[in-house]
Amino acid sequence: MAHSARRDSPELPDFSVLKRLARDQLIYLLEQLPGKKDLFIEADLMSPLDRIANVSTLKQHEVDKLYKVEYKPVVSTSDQLCFLIRPRIQTVKWVCDVVNADKAAGKFKRYKIIFTPQKFYACETVLEEQGIFGDVSTDEWAFYLLPLDEDIINLELPEFFRDNFLEGDQRWVRTGGSALHLFHSIYGPFSKVYGIGRCSKMVYESWREQVKEGEQKARQAEVGTVFLIDRDVDFVTPLCSQVVYEGLVDDIFRIKCGCVEFGPDVTSSDKSIKVMLNSQDKVFNEIRNEHFSNVFGFLSQKARNLQTAYDKRRGMDIKQMKTFVSEELKGLKQEHRLLSLHIGASESMMKKKTKQDFQELLKTEHSLLEGFEIRECISFIEEHINRQVSYLKLCPLSLYFFTGLLPKDYRSLKAQYLQSYGVDHLLTFANLKQLGLLVEQQPGETLTVMESKMGKLVNDKTAGKLTDAFSSLAKKSNFRALSRRLSLVPKSDEEYDLRVPRDMAYIFSGAYIPLSCKLIEQVLERDGWTGLEEVTRLLNGHEFAVTADLRPQSDAQRIILVMFLGGCTFSEISALRFLGRERGYKFIVLTTAITNSARLIEAMLDNHV
Amino acid sequence: MMKSKADEEDYWNSSKFKAFTFDDEDDEFTKKQEVEPQLPHRVFPASCFLFPAGISWSVRETASSLREQSFPKIDTTPSLPKNSSGYSLSSLFKGKEGEREMMDCAAVSLEKFRSLQEKLLLLDEAVGVHDGNVITAVLIYLKKSLSKEVLFRELESRQTALRHFIHYLTESKEQRLLLELYRALGRTEDEALLQYKEHLRITDENKRRDFLKSCVSLPFSPEDAGHVQDHYTLLERQIIIEATDRQAETGGKVEIFQKFPRRASILNMPLITTLYYCCFYHYAETEGTYSSPANIRQTFRIAEKQYFVTALAARAKLKAWHDVDALFTSRNWLGFTRKKSPLSFSRVADILSKNNAPVQVLQEYVGLVDDVELRVALAQKYKCHFIVISTYRDLKDRQLLLGYRGKVERGSEEERKIDELLSNPQIRWKN
Repeated sequence: MAHSARRDSPELPDFSVLKRLARDQLIYLLEQLPGKKDLFIEADLMSPLDRIANVSTLKQHEVDKLYKVEYKPVVSTSDQLCFLIRPRIQTVKWVCDVVNADKAAGKFKRYKIIFTPQKFYACETVLEEQGIFGDVSTDEWAFYLLPLDEDIINLELPEFFRDNFLEGDQRWVRTGGSALHLFHSIYGPFSKVYGIGRCSKMVYESWREQVKEGEQKARQAEVGTVFLIDRDVDFVTPLCSQVVYEGLVDDIFRIKCGCVEFGPDVTSSDKSIKVMLNSQDKVFNEIRNEHFSNVFGFLSQKARNLQTAYDKRRGMDIKQMKTFVSEELKGLKQEHRLLSLHIGASESMMKKKTKQDFQELLKTEHSLLEGFEIRECISFIEEHINRQVSYLKLCPLSLYFFTGLLPKDYRSLKAQYLQSYGVDHLLTFANLKQLGLLVEQQPGETLTVMESKMGKLVNDKTAGKLTDAFSSLAKKSNFRALSRRLSLVPKSDEEYDLRVPRDMAYIFSGAYIPLSCKLIEQVLERDGWTGLEEVTRLLNGHEFAVTADLRPQSDAQRIILVMFLGGCTFSEISALRFLGRERGYKFIVLTTAITNSARLIEAMLDNHV
Repeated sequence: MMKSKADEEDYWNSSKFKAFTFDDEDDEFTKKQEVEPQLPHRVFPASCFLFPAGISWSVRETASSLREQSFPKIDTTPSLPKNSSGYSLSSLFKGKEGEREMMDCAAVSLEKFRSLQEKLLLLDEAVGVHDGNVITAVLIYLKKSLSKEVLFRELESRQTALRHFIHYLTESKEQRLLLELYRALGRTEDEALLQYKEHLRITDENKRRDFLKSCVSLPFSPEDAGHVQDHYTLLERQIIIEATDRQAETGGKVEIFQKFPRRASILNMPLITTLYYCCFYHYAETEGTYSSPANIRQTFRIAEKQYFVTALAARAKLKAWHDVDALFTSRNWLGFTRKKSPLSFSRVADILSKNNAPVQVLQEYVGLVDDVELRVALAQKYKCHFIVISTYRDLKDRQLLLGYRGKVERGSEEERKIDELLSNPQIRWKN
């Protein structure tokens, strides 16, 4: 099951230095406020902080008490307060309230705000407007890169997605450039950069500017190739239900900063347990990229092996027993513990996922991807809306394909959606439209049902003409055209053995090769975008491929940094790992956040204050 | 690797204003990767934006003065109109170049830019460097130093800057100015939606209802206007229903509220939740009342299928099987009754079984499933033996019937029925 790496696969660089660097920077900043101080930490910085520093580290640098930012008045007796926050107006306003309340009460304290990864001018304007500019010192903690695993680095900036793609705010472009710059300074110099998407282009430019500004020492490159990709190049992939183990665990239990909390149904006790999920967990490491249907078989085999290992104790003499206990038992026990956890998790997921509903959901998703039986898909979706199935579980992929519907069907589904989940979702629909996930058709335009029926009846050329005749389809059927051109949907009449994956489609049960990963594969293979002109046209362009005038080193060339702007899914990471094994590459994923269908839809919600 | 639930974030969640300590145990991943860093603390300045005091502006060098570049520049904004004057931002800061070595970027006060031309140039330059932080900084300055009319007018042709401005106003909650902006730009639907969104801030239900009423006349698309009208009508009714039912519940005289106390208020729930609630508590009411399901169905033009699913779920939950029966029974003009359903009978059976309907009820609907294979599968799943038996009889499949004999209870009615069929000489078995 564990695929042996190709012999010539290059080694991944060591990312631990990134943690150490971030920690030292933080310590340096804390020391800028000498003496005892209370530290207030933004809620979503807690887990990232926990990955690089612990309480005793903070205590050593005179942090007295720690608080979570809760937007409430603070009760702190310290005369020095330090706020470690994201550069958000709302949080800064809260800090202003704290400072002004102290002022009103005649308390005089020292305040420091540490923005991470950088400060924004708009935040400082708030300090100015609230009359406390100068009373509060500000600083920046350039904590860009959090290594989550040996091949995943996370910026932990989920808001990147909404800010950039929905709001059209480019505030994180420089952040992206700085993150890349930091990576480049340690693991570069890069010799090739490919990319696609508007944001990717801008991040590339920002990075290039920063490289120009700074010193670059001549060094042996560890990572030579970079691929930048915008999330809006491929919305279909993150909207699909995940069926690879790690992705499925994320969909069901939500992995947060590389850590998951398994509830009592998994641990078969009354306690919940937090587990770090990464390559250090030997059991997890072997199943994380596997299609879920293979996982059980693997785990039970593993359990049998473990039993055999335990059974070795029988018939041992004292000396052998001593060696066994000191050398093997601990490892076995650790493995035992992990094994029972993952078996518990699998069982729990099995219960949820083998239900008829999930099978139907997957079937619907596959039909949507293939563009067949759209009528059935509509009634499936309708039925789920009628039953008020949570809109996060309701095949988010269907939202994308709402776009290809007859205006009549679209209006009817939208009306039913609002009836089931609340009229407030008008705001969600407006956001989806703004994002480009949903394109409202004008009356008189054609329907996908018609297209798919016609497509079956007539040859491609005629179908193409028909499609052209209905101009609207050109916009939304880009996916179909892309899918045909890149063969994203394998022929369904062939058997697909999920135990022996033949391509990246295995991550979606053999039904679909993720567009994002397919693009990466194609560009690497062609060493650029040549021959993909039609594909880039369908993706609205913004592709680039640049080469530095450096002598490329072959090993570093094959270590490829893929930077996802707007987030990537665990399924995509699994697909890239597969591609790496097949082609002798090593991929490092640098993402603004780990995403999935639920997070993507949640980012579009506005029906709360 | 593992930490128990009690620590860390859960502790945070539970501690109110109290300080805490989480355990100092480092995770293995961190420990393993600890090595001495080779880099000094601040090798990589996060941003050259230091804004040391007051409003400041940073200048980036033009390419000419730079060191050899190894990567080429790519055109990031092919559509951006280049200013024709040849008057570039950096030329405004002549003589600043020398400071480059001292600071990463030179800081200059924005207040220098007084003419509209300079201000707009500044904005266009900011957009050109693709740093949202800079764009917003310039916009904040322009907001302070230009009249709304002029600013809005100039933003109209600058989409990137406009989106930054809208986002800034949204984040700093300057609703009124944002509405004015939308109005000035003629973006009426955005204006309507933004105003409609305000209802979320209103907690008092009567005020919220009145506010929603005022939203109906906002310039929505005709389709959305209908939805907003529904929202208002729904809340209006929920307020009436809630008041009446709360009274009935506390009065203790209405049986259903005693037997099934309400779990939550119906206020601000979606329409379908409201329909379910009314099918649960007010099923038998005549169409004249606000809470009658029939009235709700009609007022909100609820699709037939949707209505059936909801009514079925509510009545099945109450185990009111005769209501379920009546729901699907229709009478033709001759007075014969037959079962009709807008949703498939297999789905009906599914909903019923999830509500623990007895076999007698279930078999009625399983028997109506057209597809023979599906019918047998469902009948076996729900243990509707008679349906299985009669289907096998209709198929004249003696072998299957014989096989099924082993699955029913010894001496049961089902067994007797099978024996009776097997010994019936009038059936022409196919095997």
